Amino acid sequence: MKVCFYPGCALHGTGREYGESIQEVSQILDIQLEDLDDWSCCGASSGHTTNEALAIGLPGRNLALAEKIGATEMVTPCPACFVRLKIAEKKLKGTGSQPDLGFTYSGGIKINYLLDYLCDPELLKKIRDKITKPLNGLRVACYYGCLSVRPPKMTDAKNPENPQNMDRLMEVLGAQSIPWSFKTDCCGGSLALTRIDIVRRLVNRLFLMAVEAGADCIVTACPLCQANLDTREAEAAQVFQQNYNLPVYYFTELLGLAMGLSGIDSWLGRHIVNPRGLLEEKGLLRL
Amino acid sequence: MSEQTSLEEEKSQKTNLPPEDESSSRGFNSLAIKPLRTENKPWFEPKPFFLKEVESLSREKVSVCYQCRKCSNGCPVTFAMDFLPNQLMHAIKMGLRDEILGSSTPWVCASCQTCTTRCPNDIDIAHVMDTLRQLSVQEKTVNKERNAPIFHQVFLDSIWRRGRVYELGMLQTYALKSGDFKDKMAKGELMNDLKLGWAMLTKGKLPLLPKSIRRVKEVRNIFKKTKSR
Repeated sequence: MKVCFYPGCALHGTGREYGESIQEVSQILDIQLEDLDDWSCCGASSGHTTNEALAIGLPGRNLALAEKIGATEMVTPCPACFVRLKIAEKKLKGTGSQPDLGFTYSGGIKINYLLDYLCDPELLKKIRDKITKPLNGLRVACYYGCLSVRPPKMTDAKNPENPQNMDRLMEVLGAQSIPWSFKTDCCGGSLALTRIDIVRRLVNRLFLMAVEAGADCIVTACPLCQANLDTREAEAAQVFQQNYNLPVYYFTELLGLAMGLSGIDSWLGRHIVNPRGLLEEKGLLRL
Repeated sequence: MSEQTSLEEEKSQKTNLPPEDESSSRGFNSLAIKPLRTENKPWFEPKPFFLKEVESLSREKVSVCYQCRKCSNGCPVTFAMDFLPNQLMHAIKMGLRDEILGSSTPWVCASCQTCTTRCPNDIDIAHVMDTLRQLSVQEKTVNKERNAPIFHQVFLDSIWRRGRVYELGMLQTYALKSGDFKDKMAKGELMNDLKLGWAMLTKGKLPLLPKSIRRVKEVRNIFKKTKSR
């Protein structure tokens, strides 16, 4: 199965292990993710913060590229890219006379968020068959963040206040997904550089709530959330005099772990907060 | 103990009150409600048609807000805002243009879309925040959040240059342009950042060399057509 893939900038940088684990996991599942040729940045927060037309034009170029090669579907692993592509798709499709941006897009490409794409019932079945080492005894807090579900009018999320896909996936892997009320609360990703004080406070709140709910670790499906939580955890704990030490995994890393993929060592090697201790303690990773 | 001192403070403030002016005769002081004052001017100067301006730019119907405060209750960053989101909606209706464009609220907003999702009147509040930020960028208004506009500019510059964001270069440019580098040095936080940066570099999370896309011209053309540069 071939699918057009829009990786997004973070996957080549701060979210490198996410990208690597996605590639390996998709190969096992017989999904060929083909990078959109010559893709460009979606503009992210900076786009829609400063210029409305630019925020449509930047992701729009990628939609036009995908249309040119005849793609009907597109998968992206980054919620920020996902929501910008979705909004651009809806806005460009809706207007009869398109603004002149140097490309044409007639509309109709379905944009999928990787997590939701993998939670298709058929793929879930396939995943279940491929599991060799179930993650028994691992209690995970599934953290969806903001932009994969909000705003629901743009993302078409069915249950924006309490999404379930990642929880379902984790149960399939054998892990225990614990209920908690902060699964879609903001981590402050867009303020990561400008207001670190705010970020620390939001990150601290998330970790405290996850600990209170009895989680061993947090699982994300967003390169910005993971980077934000992973890099700011130690600082937040120090500033607010807390004592938590939760690793933050990508859901694809846990997929790879449960399927016994070889890349797991190199993915985990890129984390800031020690990700191995917990897995070794639970007997899920060899010492 | 602390209660006593605060009471004393209050008393002394009351005795130091200026002679009764117009506002106190209207009963503001007796009700312990502060008359509306800003830092620079003795009164608010409403700008008529600001509501219309915001509504036509954002195409959101701000005027239907009935102040239920659902936006402010769900907002994760209200602790850092000067206007709460619902107050901002009201201030737009009141035409407090200068106060709004100079406030920290739109720049502290993390664009998490919670307000938009929960608004019972279907106002896309996060989009209104976008509009306010765009206005203040266009008019180069001085606001309380100095660094946020600089960050967005540096981020977009990075896209303009290569078609994609080059994180390491962007981080450096931002640190220098925003004065973040100096501030952190003064506060002694620089070591922390350097350690983190080093860890990310050695773990391969910050590629050293930038990569450009082949047709950067197309991206620059979008910047040009949308008048973003």
